[in-house]
Amino acid sequence: MSTHPLRGAAAIAGLGITPQGRVYGTNAIGFAVDAVRLALEDAGLTRSDLDGLLLNPGLTWNDMGMGSFGLSQALGLRDLRLTATMNLGGATACAMIQHAAQAIAAGLCDTVACVFSDAPLKPPAPQGKASSSGAAYGFARGWEAAYGYFGVNAMYALVARRHMHLYGTTEDQLGAVAVAQRRWANLNPDAQMHDRPLTLDEYRASRWIVEPFHVMDCCLVSNGGLAVIVTSAERARSLRKPPVYIWGMGQGHLGGDPSDTLSSGAVLAKEPAFSMAGIGVRDVDVVELYDCYTFTVLVTLEDYGFCPKGEGGPFVAEHHTGPGGRLTLNTGGGQLSSFYMWGMTPVSEAVIQVRGDGGARQAARHDVALVSGNGGVLSTHSTLVLSRLAS
Amino acid sequence: MSGPAADRPVPAVTPEMKPFWDAAHRHQLVAQRCLDCGTFRFPAREVCSRCLSRRAEWQPVSGRGRIFSVAVMHQANHPWFAARAPYAVIVVELEEGARMLSGFVGGEPGEITIGMPVEVTFDDVTPEISMPVFQAAIGRAAAG
Repeated sequence: MSTHPLRGAAAIAGLGITPQGRVYGTNAIGFAVDAVRLALEDAGLTRSDLDGLLLNPGLTWNDMGMGSFGLSQALGLRDLRLTATMNLGGATACAMIQHAAQAIAAGLCDTVACVFSDAPLKPPAPQGKASSSGAAYGFARGWEAAYGYFGVNAMYALVARRHMHLYGTTEDQLGAVAVAQRRWANLNPDAQMHDRPLTLDEYRASRWIVEPFHVMDCCLVSNGGLAVIVTSAERARSLRKPPVYIWGMGQGHLGGDPSDTLSSGAVLAKEPAFSMAGIGVRDVDVVELYDCYTFTVLVTLEDYGFCPKGEGGPFVAEHHTGPGGRLTLNTGGGQLSSFYMWGMTPVSEAVIQVRGDGGARQAARHDVALVSGNGGVLSTHSTLVLSRLAS
Repeated sequence: MSGPAADRPVPAVTPEMKPFWDAAHRHQLVAQRCLDCGTFRFPAREVCSRCLSRRAEWQPVSGRGRIFSVAVMHQANHPWFAARAPYAVIVVELEEGARMLSGFVGGEPGEITIGMPVEVTFDDVTPEISMPVFQAAIGRAAAG
C-alpha cells in the first residue's frame, strides 16, 4: 500500500448540484452561490466553516480575472485562507480539488469550497423565435472564422478524424459510447436526457454537427452550478455525509498538437494518481471520464490503460459500458446525456456513486472511483482516485 | 459587392498576419520560418516553440501538400457559412512541413480523403483580400 502523505488526507464532504439545463432566472454568480449553499447544507456546514474558495468560471463569467474574489463577496465570506480563480478548461474541477487537498494537508486551510457555474443558455425568445442556445460555445477564432472554422466541435473533429484514419475507429464505435451513456441517463432522474432513449440506429440517423460528429457525439449545454466541499479526512468523519476520501491525484498536460499525440494527458496523470492511491487500473470499481465528445471517452479509456492505444473503438463497441456491462463507466449519463458542468460532471457522479446514492444506477461495487478532467482539445488533464474507504 | 456576398466574413488582418495576407493578395503563399532553426510555423507566432528564437521571416512555400485532416461543417455560427453547409475545413500538411488550416474548393466535401495531394489556389473574397484555399492536385506532380 502507498504511504504517500496525501493519500486519504482529505475528503469530499459536501456536494451541491443546482437544477441543470434550461433553467433561467439567475446568472453564473447566482448559480455558483446556490451550488455552494447546497454543498454546505449537504455537509452539514455553514458559510463560517469555509476558509477556502476555488472557482472555475464558465464562459459567461466573461474572463472575470478575480472571479473567486467576486464570488466570495457575493457569498459574504470572511477571513479566507485560500482562494483562486482557476481555468484549465474541463480539467479544472479535479485540479481545484487537488489544490484544496494539498493546502488542507499542508495545514494552510481547513475547509474549501470548489465551484463551477455557467449560464450560456438564454430563455426562449418571445413569439416562438429560436433561442440562442449554446451560442456562447460556437465562438470563432480570428482569421480562422473566415474559413468557416467555428468552435470546439470542429477542433475535436479534426483530431477524431486522424484517430479514425490511423486506427480504423468507426462512426458506430463512437455511437456505442453515446448509446451506453444514454442508457445510464435513462436511469438517472436528474439527467437532462432521462426520458429520451437512444438506439444506435437513432444515433446514425441523428443530424451531423461537424463530421465525423453527430449531435449525439457532442456534450449538452447546461445552465447551472455545482460545488463540492473539501475538508480534512478527520473533520469529514464528523460531518453529515459519509466521506469520499481522496486517495490519489495527478495532472498531465502533453503540449504539442493533439492531432499528432492522439492522446489525452491521462498518459502522464495516471502514474502519480495510481501510485499515490496504491492501486492499478484493475482495482477501479467506478469510472467517470470527461466526455465533451464520445471521442474523448474512447481516447481516455486508451490512455488510462483500459485497452491498448488505438483500440478504444473496439473496446467500447465490445465491452458494454452501459448498465450491466463489464466496465462501470459514466454512470450518470455524463455530459453527453446528463448535464454539462465541465469537470464537475464526472466529479459529482463519482461522489454520488462512492456514497452509494446512485439509486437505480448505483454500481454494486463502489469502493474506488477514477475521475478524469480534460480541457481544451486534449490539452489539459487531471485525475482523481476517490474511495469510500479511509485506507 | 452586394447581397449575400457582402456578409461573407473576411479575415481580420492583424499586424502579425499582415505579411501573409499581403502575399495572398499577390496570389502567393507564404509561411513564417524561424531564422535560427529553420522551422516553419503557421499561423504567425511571436516565438519559435522549438528553439525560442524571436527571429523569423515570411518565406514563399510551394503551395503543394497533402490533406492531414478534414472536418465537414454542417452547423455554422455564421449565416453566410450556414447557407453553404455542408462545407469542408481542412488541415493541409505542406511539403515544407508546416500545417495550414484552410478551405477546399473544386470538389465536394465527401471527396476529401486524408493523404490526398492538394495544391493552393486563391479565392478573391474582396478587392483587398484573397484567401488561400486548396484544390485536388489531379494530374499534377504532387511531390512528397
